[in-house]
Amino acid sequence: MSDCLLAIEDLSVSFGTPEGSARAVDRVSFALNRGETLGVVGESGCGKSVTSLSILGLIPSPPGATDSGRILFEGRNLLELKPEDLRRIRGRDISMIFQEPMTSLNPVLPIGRQVAEPLMVHRGLSNAQARAQTAEWLERVKIPAARRRLDDYPHQMSGGMRQRVMIAMAMVCRPKLLIADEPTTALDVTIQAQILSLMVGLKEETGMSLLLITHNLGVVAQMASRVVVMYAGQVVEEAPVAGLFDRPFHPYTQGLLRSMPRLGGRSAGQAQRLTEIPGIVPAITETLIGCKFTARCPHAFDRCREKAPDLFRIRQGQQARCWLKESPERRRADA
Amino acid sequence: MPEAPLLQVTDLVKHFPQGGGVLAKPKAWVKAVSGVTFAIRRGESFGLVGESGCGKTTIGRMVLRLIEPTSGRIEFDGRDIWQLNRKDFGRLRRRMQIIFQDPYSSLDPRMTVEQIITEPLLAGRPPPRAERRRIAEELLGKVGLRGADLDKYPHEFSGGQRQRIGIARALCVRPELIVADEPVSALDVSIQAQVINLLQDLQREFGLSYVFISHDLSVVEHLCNRVAVMYLGSIVELASTGVFSRKPRHPYTEALLAAVPFPDPHRNAAPFAMEGDVPSPINPPPGCPFHPRCRYAFELCRVETPALIPAVDDHSVACWLNKGRGIE
Repeated sequence: MSDCLLAIEDLSVSFGTPEGSARAVDRVSFALNRGETLGVVGESGCGKSVTSLSILGLIPSPPGATDSGRILFEGRNLLELKPEDLRRIRGRDISMIFQEPMTSLNPVLPIGRQVAEPLMVHRGLSNAQARAQTAEWLERVKIPAARRRLDDYPHQMSGGMRQRVMIAMAMVCRPKLLIADEPTTALDVTIQAQILSLMVGLKEETGMSLLLITHNLGVVAQMASRVVVMYAGQVVEEAPVAGLFDRPFHPYTQGLLRSMPRLGGRSAGQAQRLTEIPGIVPAITETLIGCKFTARCPHAFDRCREKAPDLFRIRQGQQARCWLKESPERRRADA
Repeated sequence: MPEAPLLQVTDLVKHFPQGGGVLAKPKAWVKAVSGVTFAIRRGESFGLVGESGCGKTTIGRMVLRLIEPTSGRIEFDGRDIWQLNRKDFGRLRRRMQIIFQDPYSSLDPRMTVEQIITEPLLAGRPPPRAERRRIAEELLGKVGLRGADLDKYPHEFSGGQRQRIGIARALCVRPELIVADEPVSALDVSIQAQVINLLQDLQREFGLSYVFISHDLSVVEHLCNRVAVMYLGSIVELASTGVFSRKPRHPYTEALLAAVPFPDPHRNAAPFAMEGDVPSPINPPPGCPFHPRCRYAFELCRVETPALIPAVDDHSVACWLNKGRGIE
């Protein structure tokens, strides 16, 4: 059995808009090994959520369309599966948790029923069996008095508790891959810490792989072993987590790391300026010839405007989409 | 004698009724703010941090006279804002403004940028139209937008640009105090840095004071001179920013800091997770509001509420540990 669980190859997804077709994901490739946590980071609109929704065939079409690429899960291309075959994988082998635990739970069904559903659909358990396992899972995700809460509705729970219910629902069938799209963004920081440590525990226990999509570099630093950085629909850098934070190559990655205020940092109360990335992300309807980061990049030179760079190998395990690899002398020391 | 504070908040309390109706008595009271006291000096940035429901936003609204306090005093430049009549308050009101969290819902989609920015000028005796346009144009420049943007509508801008428009609107009447309620929380990291820098630049240029309300400890630490940490309606710790993150004295502050995932893979493998949820503000626990989650809690904490008292100079804490000095 190969080590690779999921491989996304050359995936492009676009959406029909009144201004023409807009490419949200542009030839994205990355792979995830068994038992690994891969972090995908990037800002709003960089394509990280569209990529993850594509894995499960959750992009509505139209307006969405997959223009190219393959998504290989255990060697099978998910994009070519029949809807009923994909349904068998979804919720059983691959499950997903979302940012908003309020809108992703059904408000008119008791939580016990919602968590039990995958067990009845995929494992064919009876109502009573599923209910017993559901209670066990709610205990495992540390919902206090779990058995008594099976018949509660989502609105009776706090945000953190709802996210625990979502995690239980995603985990009941012991998936091989859990996709977590901004799982803690809507939560307070102490609750975020609880949910993250719960996810770490479950991952160790079940050996599943975790695809963690987030904009929070702190969460990535503490959770992921490898990181993919996305910008304007493309992968711009990929590296082991230590390499990314110690030796980021792409000017965008460097800018992101520098623009964050850090707790206990030197900037505290000193009224120092943060290093900002000037400008804004280009609209996805814009056609850009060269590198998409050119307009905001402090190092940009002629070539960046003329031709889009490929992903270059920087060192073992690290790649970056930047012409500075070929012209290191263009990197400005003062930026 | 030290300079009189620009804003003095004393024993501020706000209880919201829950349930009930026009004639029926409320079923319960949500104790959103229970006895908060602090002062803000001129030119200072004062941070209010805490998790959802701790009362930080309610305080911000009361300071601007948008919500009426249940009891307590709010003095702006020595005058109790809740004792002033409408006209006098109207004059005072220009000296304090607010910036909201959500740059999408806080701008009227049917107004142009010029109308949005100059709307505060329409109260009282508005300057002529051409003058208003000139003011709007100047302000747009200050917040990093172009004069050509004056006739555009909010939907034509990104989140960061909309937040700049909101800031320009707040600056329009040349206020002395700005209440900024989570002004960068809805923005992406790279845009967040731009807006934080802008707020700092404007503070220097106009001598502004900020009440900066946020749940993000690192942003507050970066931007503020002093920080008040709130929990369940009370300030549990108040200190200057340099001190607060290096040597927290309240167990809640300690836990809050430990919960922040640090953007460095070499540091503390898993963030420390404090057990439990924030209790309901309808029936807050007796004694110290934090005691059910506190790992240091002892007998006294369960019965008596600690007051916010100075532990060492300029560092106050509400905690029974070490005779009221908190974590040593």
